[in-house]
Amino acid sequence: MITLTLKEQPSVPLEAEVLSPDVTAQLSTADIRALPVYLGKRQRRVDDFFEVDGGSSDQITIRGDASRVKWLGRAMTRGRIVVDGNAGMHLGAYMSGGTIEVSGNGSDWVGAEMSGGLIRIGGNAGGQIGAAYRGSSTGMRDGTILIGGSAGLEVGMRMKRGIIAVSGPVRDFAGLQMKGGTIVLGCGAELRTGAWMIRGTIISLGPVPLMPTFSYAATYVPGFLRIYSAYLSSLGITLPFDERRGAYRRYTGDTSVPGKGEILIWAPRGA
Amino acid sequence: MLRITGGKVYDPANGVNGVVKDICIDNGRIVAPADGGSGADTSGAKAARTIDASGMLVFPGGVDVHTHVAGGALNFARGLVPENQRVARKFLHGKGRRAGLGGMTPTTFATGYLYAGMGWTTVNEAAVPILTAKHTHEELHDTPIVDKSCLLLMANNEMVLDLLEAGELERARHVVAWLIWAAKVYGVKAVNPGGVAAWKWGKNASALHESFEGYTTLTPAKIIAGLAQIVDQLQLPHPLHLHCNNLGIPGNVATTVETMKVLEGRRAHLAHLQFHAYGGDGWSNMHSEAAAVAEAFNQHSNLTCDAGAVLFGDAVTITADGPWQHLLYQLTGRKWGNLDVENETGCGIVPYVYKDRSLVNAVQWAVGLELMLLITDPWRVFLTTDHPNGGCFWRYPEIVQLLMDVEFRKAQVRRLPEVAQQRIVLADLDRQYSLYEIAIITSAGPARALGMANKGHLGVGADADVAIYPEKPNADGLLFSYPRYVLKDGEIVVEEGDVIGGSEGREFIVRPEYDGAIEDYIRPLFQQAYTMSFDNYPVSLERLRHPEQVNLSSKPE
Repeated sequence: MITLTLKEQPSVPLEAEVLSPDVTAQLSTADIRALPVYLGKRQRRVDDFFEVDGGSSDQITIRGDASRVKWLGRAMTRGRIVVDGNAGMHLGAYMSGGTIEVSGNGSDWVGAEMSGGLIRIGGNAGGQIGAAYRGSSTGMRDGTILIGGSAGLEVGMRMKRGIIAVSGPVRDFAGLQMKGGTIVLGCGAELRTGAWMIRGTIISLGPVPLMPTFSYAATYVPGFLRIYSAYLSSLGITLPFDERRGAYRRYTGDTSVPGKGEILIWAPRGA
Repeated sequence: MLRITGGKVYDPANGVNGVVKDICIDNGRIVAPADGGSGADTSGAKAARTIDASGMLVFPGGVDVHTHVAGGALNFARGLVPENQRVARKFLHGKGRRAGLGGMTPTTFATGYLYAGMGWTTVNEAAVPILTAKHTHEELHDTPIVDKSCLLLMANNEMVLDLLEAGELERARHVVAWLIWAAKVYGVKAVNPGGVAAWKWGKNASALHESFEGYTTLTPAKIIAGLAQIVDQLQLPHPLHLHCNNLGIPGNVATTVETMKVLEGRRAHLAHLQFHAYGGDGWSNMHSEAAAVAEAFNQHSNLTCDAGAVLFGDAVTITADGPWQHLLYQLTGRKWGNLDVENETGCGIVPYVYKDRSLVNAVQWAVGLELMLLITDPWRVFLTTDHPNGGCFWRYPEIVQLLMDVEFRKAQVRRLPEVAQQRIVLADLDRQYSLYEIAIITSAGPARALGMANKGHLGVGADADVAIYPEKPNADGLLFSYPRYVLKDGEIVVEEGDVIGGSEGREFIVRPEYDGAIEDYIRPLFQQAYTMSFDNYPVSLERLRHPEQVNLSSKPE
């Protein structure tokens, strides 16, 4: 178990992709202290910013407001990072395994282009969750991202597989150019949800303004939701599937691409 | 004085085929050994340094006759593919070296290091619109080590086309010459003659002898013949550099062969011939017509060509051929870019992946190699990938391996889909390139075609651009991927495989004769149609840091 306590806020964002279980697993405390981080263009040491406790472990705890610390857990394949506070941009980008838990807020590009593992953020997150970096054809390829609060623009942009579940409100362009996978919206999203989506599923428990390129298909409870809901409940997400309480309105699109994606909007019975 | 001893020298321009001899260098040039090459230094002019090249191959520095390494279009491509930049080879800032990125569209500094790191010392940027010539020269200045030249896009320039349509060839010649000097370039490039002009109406020019949108009597054939005649009359060192009509389209073999007939009696260089040698009438029955193209080409000694070979993997297609790029975008369904360069040309960018499981890509891969094997005279076909269209220039050693090793090549053919194997002739070709022929297609031949008398050979008086390769393949199995030494103008720029810096490299330009009064003709047209002021249009000579004006009276071989 390694504990890193932030000593002071860096004046500009600190690039700390070395703070990953894959890097620290084999390193002593002294080695971890000497790892390079980048403050702007200047190379600095981890212990310039963090008190370091422990070593040779793939369990990392980060204490303090790390909202200016970028690339935590970049490309990690195993182990666990717990952030007791906030985390900066690109948290868990390119990760393929392991777990990241943040008690506070995340920022933009959480789990961008990840291919496995679990990221759980208690508070709010920024935009481009599980998205493709600019120019890339594919965003997250697998894995799970859970956001307790709200999220920003382009959630799940070009994602291909995996699950993103956001409990709070989500801004524009959720599921932009989505190619597969599932986005669960706990209380809806703002404009242009599912724009250019080719495949994949967006499930919303709140109202979603739809683009005219989505067409209504049916009101039903898809069979797969029963299984899906059971899996999500193990992660603490509740997805209704009881037909006595309501059903899902299914919309298909985006027909401007043309795409075979679906948006399922929960409609409680009697509402 | 620097002496390279003990290496096997391949210098086809001087008929030297694998002879162990000394190469002496003084003041950036190759000089005669004071001792006549016996090795025993009797003159007292002691070599300041001796490079022991025993067990190594000594080649003249490579010359790339057709590449896209600088300018507006390439920069557009760099911006369009950030995902490639993220995974590209990194060049870190260091002593004598600037930072940069390799990959499919390398940054300027990295371009110089990658070419030199492979043993190439001269590159010809093949497509420059006048409007972005300043940008191109700025980038070429930042492309270190290698010497540069560039070609001006002319076959869709409306000013030139209007004159050709009116039959005013004399005036067109003056306009072309004025434009060449205004842009400070080395030669003339024609891309899809008429097609890009027609593209501004959403059309193409696919029939050589029919007029196209915007013109009534002018045809692509007339543009080709007119420009080839003008280039010859201006005595430019490099002939008309032609990207034929119907690039990439199944069945374009007819256009290509017909173009050769149009060019009879004129010099011309046919660019990336691979993209112009397909049969069939659609993607489903597209097949190689390399044999037909090579047969016609072999009979036209007035022509040279480069392969434009394709390698499987990622590429970025960049061309002035706007209509083709739109078609390619429709085929890929991925992102693309298109530029309209006012009255001069167009430009399209489409990122592309050549897949060995794709029938079309497999045929393309084979056609590039077939052409190089079926064209009998190595002095007329040169190694290119039309970088970055068919593959990156830093993958040239892979093509050399395919040319030199018939068993390896046949093994690669057997990995293609069976349907593809029935549509190519590569498996039947047993020719293997010798080291001597490789030196021709990578250096001596392109230098001769470019009319660069001091490039591509190791004779006395030549620029001391030398690449020294180990005789045995490197760990990657390739022979030419990792030169031990590269010299540019006598300066060691690569040592033990590491780029250790070097100078900025020159830019070759020409100043063809024109009547100064032609400016009075161009100015009003220009002010009427262009978005920039006429006085800001030409590139001033001071903008080029190391220009070298090539004398036009010395006719090329």
